[in-house]
Amino acid sequence: MEDKKTPLLDQLEQGPWPSFVTEMKKAAEKDDSAKDLLLQLEQSYVDKKGHWKHGGIVGVRGYGAGVIGRYSDSPEEFPHVAEFHTVRVNQPSGWFYNTATLRKLCDIWEKRGSGLTNLHGSTGDVILLGTKTDQLQPTFDELSDAGFDLGGSGSGLRTPSCCCGPARCEWSCFDTLDLCNDLTHTFQNQMHRPMWPYKFKFKISGCPNDCVASIARADLSIIGTWRDSLRIDQEQVKEYARSGMDIRGEVCEKCPTKALKFDEKAQELQVKVEDCTRCMHCINRMPKAIRPGVDKGATILIGGKATILRSAFLSWVIVPFMKMEPPYQELKDLIDKIWEWWDENGKTRERVGELIYRLGMGNFLRAVGLPPVPQMVREPRANPYIFWQANEVERGEGK
Amino acid sequence: MSRTDLGPPDYREMLPPIIKENYGQWQYHEYVQPGVMKHVSESGAELFTIRVGSPRLVSLDFIREICDLADTYCDGYLRFTSRHNVEFLLSKEENVQPLLDALKLKGYPVGGIGNAMSSMVHTQGWIHCHTPATDASGIVKAVMDDLFEHFTHMDLPARLRVALACCLNMCGAVHCSDIAILGIHRTVPRINHDRLSKVCEIPTVIASCPTAAIKPDPQKKSVKINEEKCMYCGNCFTMCPAMEIMDPVNDGIAILVGGKVSNARTGPMFSRLAIPFLPNNPPRWPEVVDAVHKIVEVWIADAQTGERVGEWINRIGWERFFDRTGIPFTDKHIDDYIFSVPTFRSTTNFKW
Repeated sequence: MEDKKTPLLDQLEQGPWPSFVTEMKKAAEKDDSAKDLLLQLEQSYVDKKGHWKHGGIVGVRGYGAGVIGRYSDSPEEFPHVAEFHTVRVNQPSGWFYNTATLRKLCDIWEKRGSGLTNLHGSTGDVILLGTKTDQLQPTFDELSDAGFDLGGSGSGLRTPSCCCGPARCEWSCFDTLDLCNDLTHTFQNQMHRPMWPYKFKFKISGCPNDCVASIARADLSIIGTWRDSLRIDQEQVKEYARSGMDIRGEVCEKCPTKALKFDEKAQELQVKVEDCTRCMHCINRMPKAIRPGVDKGATILIGGKATILRSAFLSWVIVPFMKMEPPYQELKDLIDKIWEWWDENGKTRERVGELIYRLGMGNFLRAVGLPPVPQMVREPRANPYIFWQANEVERGEGK
Repeated sequence: MSRTDLGPPDYREMLPPIIKENYGQWQYHEYVQPGVMKHVSESGAELFTIRVGSPRLVSLDFIREICDLADTYCDGYLRFTSRHNVEFLLSKEENVQPLLDALKLKGYPVGGIGNAMSSMVHTQGWIHCHTPATDASGIVKAVMDDLFEHFTHMDLPARLRVALACCLNMCGAVHCSDIAILGIHRTVPRINHDRLSKVCEIPTVIASCPTAAIKPDPQKKSVKINEEKCMYCGNCFTMCPAMEIMDPVNDGIAILVGGKVSNARTGPMFSRLAIPFLPNNPPRWPEVVDAVHKIVEVWIADAQTGERVGEWINRIGWERFFDRTGIPFTDKHIDDYIFSVPTFRSTTNFKW
């Protein structure tokens, strides 16, 4: 057989950034499907279009999720990627690994798949990229024996993910890793057996820096915060001033609510606690001098999603503050109510944010039992098109 | 049958001893040099992190190699970041330089921390997806090669987050990144009437259209498209294989700018359209690379210290953004979807 060439892809082995083509070639030396993937991609680069057939429904016994089926549209030309399915494997909280665990995963995938992976998929899963239908069950069996489980796909709970939290960050306002792990275990059924109108994602960030982008990339965003004052170490403030930092310019003037004042004479930083919106800027700039408060918990936001169908949404506040301590019962009760309402009212392929947009926050809040508070809005409505509940008006001429 | 519902491996077994001992006790951190952080615990313990760029699409050889390095220098522990970088976690300062040397020898880039560019969040593209309007890995490689110095140096006004999605599904982070590269179509789907009723659920196809451009066509047992209402999002193709939309001549890239997710100073912002269309030009997409390069250069020259791309644009105004970058403003930039009016300029405050 002649050795087929990849002149276009070869150009992507040049340059300083690590090359995915080099990675594909390494895998292609050991596996025919990785080799055909490379050749099919070269063809895509020539044709300027994808060469995967539409859709594909495959899976493992007992689950309705976790595997993305994929078939080549040119199986005669690229027979080893005629079937080339992705397996999503649930990552450990915070993407921390010991090497023994990663090596176990490598051994299984070397035997059962293409040898190509994504570390990691955008939602957080380990992506095992490319295997045949008859390999799916054996792959899962071996993964399961080695202590791995599949992640989510389809119209169910997707794999939750979280920032590194208290494992390696001084700003984390609760144990993001434990909450992520706990929710994942609690809701295994909702993840593996899709039963909802559409997908649902949790993302968990320990502070408002939001290092897993939960506000933009999760239907339910759990973001750490605190209720008391910033903790300021005035000795360290003086250190920053001595080192030449323009505290007034770089910190105080950038404060969105002008809650910080720097007393040049005393070289002290004062915070007007009730004005602080906990944006993290001053803490980010002076990590040795300023820390979050001690009365910590999380803000819960809902609705984040990408554009399709009715525009992109950033999650919005539904619970300004909730304590985040095991067993997280208050949060789990709220989640159950949200899912029940969405499952009952959501149309096919309607994300929870779009359902709230369609039926209104008032209906949502009544359904899940949350009190309306000003922290939920940027500003009150400007139009007077107000709905009243029957029990809120007197029985009169109109009734 | 295998065990089910066991969930992910226990993260507690994945934490190096120094993290277990100082869990939740970190006091502060500092940047030692580009790509290297030090976290100091209340106990005085010091943890060093070396962050390394990765192509995300990696072979088992890659994984085993980083495992070897972690075994040698990090007691067998490592992690990945939310932007797909690899982080080596070191409890011994004396191992930092030897690991940096080993990484250099193997060609791994160290960086992505502080006021630098980090790795690009990206998607599957032509490697594995059926709905893309462009590739992912190829463009990412081309853009990262071009902006490489900003990954390995902390020389930017603020953090720079670049993301790519290969279609309007916008998997990942393009709707909230400083610079976003988005695959788009520009032609109406082609309906395969013979196939449609066999492989598609017609009401679902109709409901999938954001602009209600799709109607039933009972005579053909199919659907019809009002071409004037279609803006080529491709969502109907996602729902129905008989509505092919890929068009190698007209598919390409839109560039959006100014998004962010952190709450620091200003709240999170969406990315907004800067360039409506650039062609797909594999393998190195020079038009896309040049466009991103130009925007980054103007931002570097113009922004105040600490100012993200979106904050910079909000300060100078969009008219000034188009002026400074030389990007032509067109009718395509003016929103005409459901939340459009609040994006119009309802004030006489603007610059000439």
